[in-house]
Amino acid sequence: MSRPTPLHEVHKSLGATLTDFAGWLMPLRYGSESAEHTAVRTAAGLFDLSHMGEIHVTGAGAADALDYALVGNLGGLEPGRARYTMMCDADGGIVDDLIVYRLAPEEFMVCANASNYLRVARELTDRAKNHDAVVDDRSDSYALLAVQGPRSPEIVAKLTDADLVNLKYYTGLPGTVAGVDALIARTGYTGEDGFELFVAAGDAVKLWGALMEAGAAEGLVPAGLSARDTLRLEAGMPLYGNELTAATTPMDAGLGRVVRFDKQGDFVGRAALDGLEPGRRLVGLVMKGRRVPRHGFAVVDADGAVVGEVTSGAPSPSIGRPIAMAYVTATPAAVDIRGSHEPVDVVDLPFYRRKK
Amino acid sequence: MSSIPDELSYTKEHEWVAGLDDGLTVTVGITAYASEQLGDVVYVQPPEVGASIEVGDAVGEVESTKSVSDIYAPVGGEVTAVNSAVVDDPSLVNSDPYGEGWLFQVRVTGTPDDLLTAEEYTALISGDS
Repeated sequence: MSRPTPLHEVHKSLGATLTDFAGWLMPLRYGSESAEHTAVRTAAGLFDLSHMGEIHVTGAGAADALDYALVGNLGGLEPGRARYTMMCDADGGIVDDLIVYRLAPEEFMVCANASNYLRVARELTDRAKNHDAVVDDRSDSYALLAVQGPRSPEIVAKLTDADLVNLKYYTGLPGTVAGVDALIARTGYTGEDGFELFVAAGDAVKLWGALMEAGAAEGLVPAGLSARDTLRLEAGMPLYGNELTAATTPMDAGLGRVVRFDKQGDFVGRAALDGLEPGRRLVGLVMKGRRVPRHGFAVVDADGAVVGEVTSGAPSPSIGRPIAMAYVTATPAAVDIRGSHEPVDVVDLPFYRRKK
Repeated sequence: MSSIPDELSYTKEHEWVAGLDDGLTVTVGITAYASEQLGDVVYVQPPEVGASIEVGDAVGEVESTKSVSDIYAPVGGEVTAVNSAVVDDPSLVNSDPYGEGWLFQVRVTGTPDDLLTAEEYTALISGDS
């Protein structure tokens, strides 16, 4: 039985199509997912991301614990800033990709994927045991709302006194939004400007209502996981379970830069990852035709030989043709879509980059 | 509740058939319920004009953001026309599934005896949801 989020009744009243995702009952779309996608690109969308995990790591040894547990340099993170990083296994395989917020010198919040946060919390607890740090999985007490899109600063500004102008990308500060205590973070997973608001589960409905009201004149619409997936795919952002798995290293995914070999001390995965060359390449594919490549479809070269596999694929509202990310070992020419080799253009990622 | 016109016949695979009572040629599409379940339709591949089809054959595809579904022939016969407008603009399946979103026409040689009435189809999708 899937768990409802604190906003379940709101989604039902909006007529959302619900779907099971990582054990949670989540809104897939409220109406047309393409319209939701376009709203985020041109105005703003409101997402319920309460399925994500929030794990606090606190104490004098918190930074050292995270530097050992994760591949990034968290000790070098200024309070108030956030960093995209990963947890790897000793063999270099990816356990999860994460955003870590340094709330205070001795307090961090690790935001983990819904499908992985229980494992991440267990691993953090285990990996922190020789450090003066406490790992506390507070996922159940949080709701997470994201306002994403070019109009999101105006919308959130109506509801807070926080200094949003100086809240740069990948920073987060505690504040009040619509009278609700929140961690206001300028992060997201859409390729647009936007905010992620971490609040107490009991405040989620109040905040959702206030945001919808404040955003009405700005074109804010509720947006579901379907739009979130096409938005992140256009932005070339990897998804755990698709581009990132336990059998994938950060180097495979083209994200070797997140592994900070220059930091002091050992970290889980260092020995396996040091000097590792990627065994394959993550590429962007744009279909010449209109059939849609899907996760797991074979990618073939000009001779029809299999050279890789699609990790994510979807029709792209912004490009007007289907797009995909795929791991390949040679230059792709086509995707095998139910027996038919459908030709592709190979492009640099991301597919979409917002205008600054 | 999705619209389910009384005058049409339906299949368990969520297709509708129009014109069965009038004569030889019928029009086929997918139901409003099916289009709502699929989400935004982005690609339609109808059968080819002139193709000979049998009841239950997979004769085409309807693809949406999240999934792809086969179109099954609800009747047997020869395909006499396909809707090029819906090939060019697949969103017609969402906006007008019983009108401009029709998929193809068939000169009927075989009709199964298990097509559903509007009432039976309503019961089917009520059980679905």
